[in-house]
Amino acid sequence: MLFDYPTLKLIWWLLVGVLLVGFAIMDGHDMGVGTLLPFVGKDDVERRIVINTVGPHWDGNQVWFITGGGAIFAAWPLVYATAFSGFYWAMLAVLWALFFRPVGFDYRSKINNPTWRQTWDWGLFVGGAVPPLIFGVAFGNLFQGVPFHFADNLMPYYTGSFWALLNPFALLCGVVSTAMITFHGAIYLMHRTEGAVQRRTQTAMLVFGSLLLLGFSAAGIWLWQGIDGYAIVSAVDAGALPNPLDKEVIRQPGAWLANYDKAPLTMVLPALAYAGTLAAMLLAVNRATLAAFVASSLAIVGVIGTAGASLFPFVMPSSTDLRSGLTVWDSVSSQLTLNIMLWATLIFMPLIIAYTGWAYKVMAGKVTAAYIRENDHAAY
Amino acid sequence: MLSEELVDLSRLQFAITAMYHFLFVPLTIGMTWILVIMESAYVMTGKTIYKDMTRFWGKLFGINFALGVTTGITMEFQFGTNWAYYSHYVGDIFGAPLAIEGLMAFFLESTFIGLFFFGWDRLSRKQHLLVTILMAVGTNLSALWILIANGWMQNPVGAEFSYVTMRMEMVDFWAVLFNPDAQAKFVHTVSAGYVTGAMFVLSISAFYLLRGRDVEFARKSFRIAAAFGFASICSVIVLGDESGHPVGEAQQTKLAAMEAMWETEPAPAGFNLIAIPNEAEMKNDFAIEIPWVMGIIGTRSLDQQIPGIKEIREKNRERILSGQIAVGALEKLRKNPADAETKALFEQHVGDLGFGLLLKKYVVDVGTATPEMIEKAVADTIPRVAPLFWTFRLMVGFGFLMLALFGAALWYSIKGNFADKPWLLRAALWMLPVPWLSCELGWFVAEYGRQPWTIYGVLPTHMSVSTLSVGSLYGSLAGFVGFYTLLLVVEMYLMVRFAKQGPGSLGTGRYDNEYAHA
Repeated sequence: MLFDYPTLKLIWWLLVGVLLVGFAIMDGHDMGVGTLLPFVGKDDVERRIVINTVGPHWDGNQVWFITGGGAIFAAWPLVYATAFSGFYWAMLAVLWALFFRPVGFDYRSKINNPTWRQTWDWGLFVGGAVPPLIFGVAFGNLFQGVPFHFADNLMPYYTGSFWALLNPFALLCGVVSTAMITFHGAIYLMHRTEGAVQRRTQTAMLVFGSLLLLGFSAAGIWLWQGIDGYAIVSAVDAGALPNPLDKEVIRQPGAWLANYDKAPLTMVLPALAYAGTLAAMLLAVNRATLAAFVASSLAIVGVIGTAGASLFPFVMPSSTDLRSGLTVWDSVSSQLTLNIMLWATLIFMPLIIAYTGWAYKVMAGKVTAAYIRENDHAAY
Repeated sequence: MLSEELVDLSRLQFAITAMYHFLFVPLTIGMTWILVIMESAYVMTGKTIYKDMTRFWGKLFGINFALGVTTGITMEFQFGTNWAYYSHYVGDIFGAPLAIEGLMAFFLESTFIGLFFFGWDRLSRKQHLLVTILMAVGTNLSALWILIANGWMQNPVGAEFSYVTMRMEMVDFWAVLFNPDAQAKFVHTVSAGYVTGAMFVLSISAFYLLRGRDVEFARKSFRIAAAFGFASICSVIVLGDESGHPVGEAQQTKLAAMEAMWETEPAPAGFNLIAIPNEAEMKNDFAIEIPWVMGIIGTRSLDQQIPGIKEIREKNRERILSGQIAVGALEKLRKNPADAETKALFEQHVGDLGFGLLLKKYVVDVGTATPEMIEKAVADTIPRVAPLFWTFRLMVGFGFLMLALFGAALWYSIKGNFADKPWLLRAALWMLPVPWLSCELGWFVAEYGRQPWTIYGVLPTHMSVSTLSVGSLYGSLAGFVGFYTLLLVVEMYLMVRFAKQGPGSLGTGRYDNEYAHA
């Protein structure tokens, strides 16, 4: 079955959101564990416990990131081209931080030397903490608009600098994002550990959960009071062939909250962010860690959903050439490609979820010091 | 206009990161099937030694895989960071196979690789074998989709240009999928990976045999590698010949350049075994020619001609002149889409649009291109001959060298006395780097041979880049070189260390060199 173009454009906005949320839930909890690693594991055995909670899964989970990149390439080629080249140094920082993960996981425990192992532990910390920080900063900049424009042939030109990305609001968004990922990772780690590691992780969980609630609230107030949004003022033909230069855009105070007036149901998203975080904290403290993981996953849906719903229909507004701003209507692929990609996703996503679930089931249970000792040669 | 320095640096960065990535990919592709063979032997015979083989070679496979993943992340994002106009211009077609690769293949491979390493005690034998097979299937499907994407760059079928969206758009997904270039490339490339895996196991097993260590383990590994390697190298050579069969124009140009065929010879054309190409005068200063061979390989016939470089250039000149009109019409059309006359003119010449864009390297308004500029653009359409001519011959030479080695290895494996042939074992050990060199040479031929295009006939390389500063490129290039050098040192250190220690590193108590966990 083939969908019409306006429907497909909306579906793909949702699907990119799903991939982003999937990435944050799956790769995110691995990253959170990496961030916590040097702090909750005090000796080598404890650190190996922490690493092995994600050992069999981090690689599969990282594919959410790769596939997310591929899906944006296929569905929103203009966003892929403009955002990744514009945020050049930020992207490279993410890539280079991620370099530490595969080698950190796989090489760390192959050599029994404290300096070698501690170096990779900090490598895993960098690989866990830097990407969510930068993604948050990037989102913070999307809200403010990004300095880019298109030439007549749609060649994108970015006219800002890397350092300008690091403005106070963007950094606050970076804190929210890092807190969210680390919080989520802490809950997963509590689920898979026991004893001292679990106790220390609980403390971290409460700290990052509180930071997430505070940061999310502060960013919301700032967005409401202090950041001008963007709005399309020309008529939108959702079925038209995409051409980002063919619209009129204005900057407007409060525009980023307009969607909550237009569609009050979207208020569910920020509510979910609060409810999910609070529930996850409560459940984790009471050792209902699996339920807590579900709750913190819902919190992630809430936080990312809030960002997406506020920006809609924008994906990447331009601050210097307003009409160049990219939206869900005019940065997309052709109808045929969107259809093919939709069917590919509908076929493969359930399979991915099924076999990933099976992999977790096979490896389920607490990772203990005894497990590490028995698998000294095989475990990470 | 984009500076030549920016374009050259972007190309250099892509070339370095891609070729570096491909140091790890072929071994991963090949090792997955070798692990499947070893583990199948374990499941069928129940002999522990086959399990140990799977685990030990799997350990080395894991060290390699980690860097394959690391460097693969760069590739997925580099199109966006450094090739922004390319990403916009062909993302509608090129992005789809990359995304499907993630969904269909890379998830499969990466999820099951975790269970491959950690699931031994939690899965039944058959379940674990299934995990290993799925990991191999995922790996090979991954190569399929990437090569579909790459094949489309060589032979861009199933797509049309849209002047409203200013990009190529997919019109026939099946044409992209069953692109003959992609299919030939896929089988040739994965077979080269199988050869790499086989050579890896063969060489290291030969090393143990030469040292008289872990003899039973090494003998069994050697035989599997010899048989798998022989089948694979035959497949590489036969299917490599198939991918030399020119289906598209890009391949014709590449073929003429890598064979240093300046003139269109009467069919069937001869094959230049050795030549000294002279680019300036468009002739070979010296050549040893074998009659008929090129014509038969290239056309599978005795009467079809293969166009030489001079003939291709003449055709390209006409296409550039036609493309010049297309670019002019397109720019008018962008300003006034309602202009029916311009639209008709554009549609008449749109097939040569890419050739018109070649002029953008020399002049912004291509309508004002001078005859000298047009001559330069014509010259640009042919990649430099000498580097292609020699890299191709070196690759083929290595291929036949490996055929000889695997042939001998298989012969003496069947006779059962390979372990008593030190010359064979030494040859196997010393030829360890050969498959890697061949793979890199092969990619050089494929990609350098497509220049000046990123998408043959559609988008010139010099228009494909991101509008970054040259300083950014120097910075990122330095960063990649620094990171990659460091990673390579670490990887090689671990690989050599564990390869030298051998199966004793499993800590089972059954092998030599069983010192305490390092």
